[in-house]
This record gives sequence, structure tokens and C-alpha cells, in this order.
Amino acid sequence: MSKFVINADVKRRGVLAGMLGLMAAGCQRVAESNAGQSLFDMAEKWHEGAHRLLSSRTALAKEYDSDDVSPFFRGNGTTNPGSDAYQASLANNFADWRLEVRGLVDTPMTFTLDNLRALPQRTQITRHDCVEGWSAIGEWMGPQLSTLLDAAGVQDKARYIVFRCADTLSGGDYYESVDMVDAYHPQTIVAHLLNGEPLEVRNGAPLRMRVERQLGYKHPKYLTAIEAVASLDDIGGGGGGYWEDRAGYQWYAGI
Amino acid sequence: MSKPPKKHAISTRIWHWTNLVCVVILFMSGLNISNAHPRLYWGEWGFAPEHAWLELPRFPGWITIPDYYSLAEARDWHILVAWPFAVILLFMWVAMLVNRHFKRDLTTTRREWKPAAIWEDIKQHAKLKFDAEGGKKYNFLQKLSYGIVLGVFLPMMVFTGMAISPGAEPFFGWFSDLVGGRQSARSLHFIFAFLIAGFFVLHVALVVVHKPLKQLRGMITGVEP
Repeated sequence: MSKFVINADVKRRGVLAGMLGLMAAGCQRVAESNAGQSLFDMAEKWHEGAHRLLSSRTALAKEYDSDDVSPFFRGNGTTNPGSDAYQASLANNFADWRLEVRGLVDTPMTFTLDNLRALPQRTQITRHDCVEGWSAIGEWMGPQLSTLLDAAGVQDKARYIVFRCADTLSGGDYYESVDMVDAYHPQTIVAHLLNGEPLEVRNGAPLRMRVERQLGYKHPKYLTAIEAVASLDDIGGGGGGYWEDRAGYQWYAGI
Repeated sequence: MSKPPKKHAISTRIWHWTNLVCVVILFMSGLNISNAHPRLYWGEWGFAPEHAWLELPRFPGWITIPDYYSLAEARDWHILVAWPFAVILLFMWVAMLVNRHFKRDLTTTRREWKPAAIWEDIKQHAKLKFDAEGGKKYNFLQKLSYGIVLGVFLPMMVFTGMAISPGAEPFFGWFSDLVGGRQSARSLHFIFAFLIAGFFVLHVALVVVHKPLKQLRGMITGVEP
């Protein structure tokens, strides 16, 4: 009797595992097909469209009080670029760090940290949401990206802003990109302070982007250049970012 | 007494099977996403073990989509299937209100809420007797569970899912605030997912012990046992 029960149980579990396996295999075939990929891309676009439809271009992500700030701000991905050049710059307190604004702009520009500190600043206490699922709250300060873009004069044919970084992950240069809506969003800032202190190395010292309505991988650290481009096709693997190219992450990271 | 014809409406049947496929894909891809960060927190933020109220186990490949760890591909599935799941739920609610399925079959009466009546219903269930009296389609526990699944569990998956999307925050942030923060919304997303999984197991088990083939046929062709 008990033997029968065990057998039936094993069999039932086998059937269940088999059915789920079939489901997973079916999903796998869809995912690997071109049609499947364009279906995923379409669903992602619909989410982006719905978000843009239901809030204005400048609608703000929630801002918090100083009481809400997390006692520690976790670092993820690259927590130290580790290159000789970076270590030298760090030892030098980033006095030689340069941020270039280039690409489809009328006047390519180069900023030192002092130049950036002298611009009008925005301070925002916002929540950082990692694609993995965790969140941390911090107070960020820096000039709005729009200030830099306006100073350089972005040309009409530019459709995306690409961020270049000093770090590499698994041998690939980290980079990210946003469209003009997010580039000119009031909370999109080039942050140099976190909770009133210069950024820690794990948080992207000396400069990191804040793109508050998207997930953490859209906030590149160790920022070296801001590039206005007409298309993302010829940059990196064409996916618009390191994780997009490497692992197939969604380019629109607002979901 | 001749019973009134009890058929599942075509809208109910379409929703039932579409919803099943959506829930299974969302749940299995969700378990893969859970593997990326299996800790759950209350409040607005949390990232370390000491902030967590629960750490889930690692879910094995046979129960996740895809069947290997890939946060990006699991999110592809989750983001895609969230659409039909939410749209067909809305469709079901509209259909249910229009064809009076909700009012006629799922609304409980004051009499049914009396403790003695509830106890009697539980006893009948324990004896595996599920026929509702007076030619009604469902007894109290069935109405209650179907009502809660359709009215609370499934909609909460949509709302908590939107609440953890940073792009939805400018217009949907009030919902996160209502439940105590983004990490609370994420915790609720997991809790309701497992409540739905629990309902699924119970629902299938009860169908299996009570005229499974006829019930299956009923939900496909509309003809009820």
C-alpha cells in the first residue's frame, strides 16, 4: 500500500515536472525565435508608452526627507574600476578627472570637477531600485544634465545621450544610454555628492549619472563622457548599454 | 425541481484558460527573478540580510522560466505576459458585471455569513460535497474564494507589479505610499503570488476529487456536470 502511494506520488510529481518542463521548453523556443524577440521588444515599448502616456515628460520620481536616507548605500556591479589610471586619479583626489560632452553638439566641451561644482546644482533624495529587486535611498547632488547639454548645444539630429565610463566589467566597457526625454528630465543629474560627501568609489566616484525614473543599471558610474548620437546601432553591441548587450536586459529600464 | 441551466459563459471560459497560461508563465518567470535577490523587506528600502523579513530558497531550474538563471530573459517573459494577464482580468470583470455572473453566482448573502451557515459549509466541504443548495451555482466557500481571487489576489498582482516599476512611480507612487513603500509593495507582490499558487493547488485538488473530467469538459465546452 505505502509502496503504491509512494509510486503514485513520484508519478504525479513526474507528470507535474514533465508538464512544467514542456512549458519551459515551449517558452524557450518562443524566446529564441525572432518573432519571440520582437514580441518582447513590443511589450517593453508598450510599458514605456503607457508610462509616458500616464505621466508628463517632466513628472518627478518620488523625493524623500533626510530621515528616510539609508544608513549605507550599497555598491553593485563594479565597486572599484581598479585600473592604474583610476587609482592614480583617486590618489590625486580626481583633480585630473575630465568629463567630456561630445558627439552631435555644436561646441564639444570638457569639464573638471570644479567646473561642475560651479554650475547650478540640484539636490534630490531619491530611491535607487536595482533590477535585482533591492532599494536604497540617498541624497544626490550635482548639475542637471540639461545644463551641460544646453551649454554644448545639442544638434537636432541627436536622439540619444550615451554615457561613457571608466570601468570595465568582464572585459567590456560599461556604457549606457537614454533618450532625450530622460536626458532633459529635471531629476537627471551628474551627481558628485552622495549624502553631502564626495561619492565613494563603490558608488561611482567621482561622477555618476542619476536617471531617477529607471532601474539602477541606467545610472552609470565613473562617468567620463556624455555623447549625443543619432542612433545606438554602432555603439557597443547596438543594444544601448553594457547589460543590454551582454545579457539582453531591457533598454527601457522603467519596468 | 428542475434546475436552471448552469453553464460557464464563453467569457468565463476564455478568461479561465488564458489566465491559467498567464499565471503559470508569470509565476515561473517570477521565481527566476526571485533568484536574483531572494530577500524581502518592508518599507521603502532594503538590501542587506539584516533588513529582510524573509529569505526565500533558491528555486530550481525545473520550476523557473527560462530553466536556467537569467534575470534578463525572465524579465522579458514577465514584462510580456503582464499585458495579457492584466487586460484579460479587466475583460473578465467587465464581462462578469455585464452578464450578471458576479451578481448572480459570486455575491454572498448576509445569511451565508452566519457562523452556523459557514460551519455547515465547511462540514459539507470536508465530506467532499460541493453542490450548492437551491440550484445555486456555488456555495459560500466557493463564492468567497473565487471572489477573493478575482477581486483581490489577481488585481493586487497588477497593482503591486506597477508599484515596483520605477517608471510608473510618477503616476502610481500613491499606491506604494498606501502599502508602506516600494519594498512593501514588492513583498506583497510575492505574498499574493504565493497565495495564488496556493489557490491553484487547492482548486486543482478539489476538481480532481470531484468529477474531474466533467468539470474539465464544463470549463472547455460550457456544459456543466
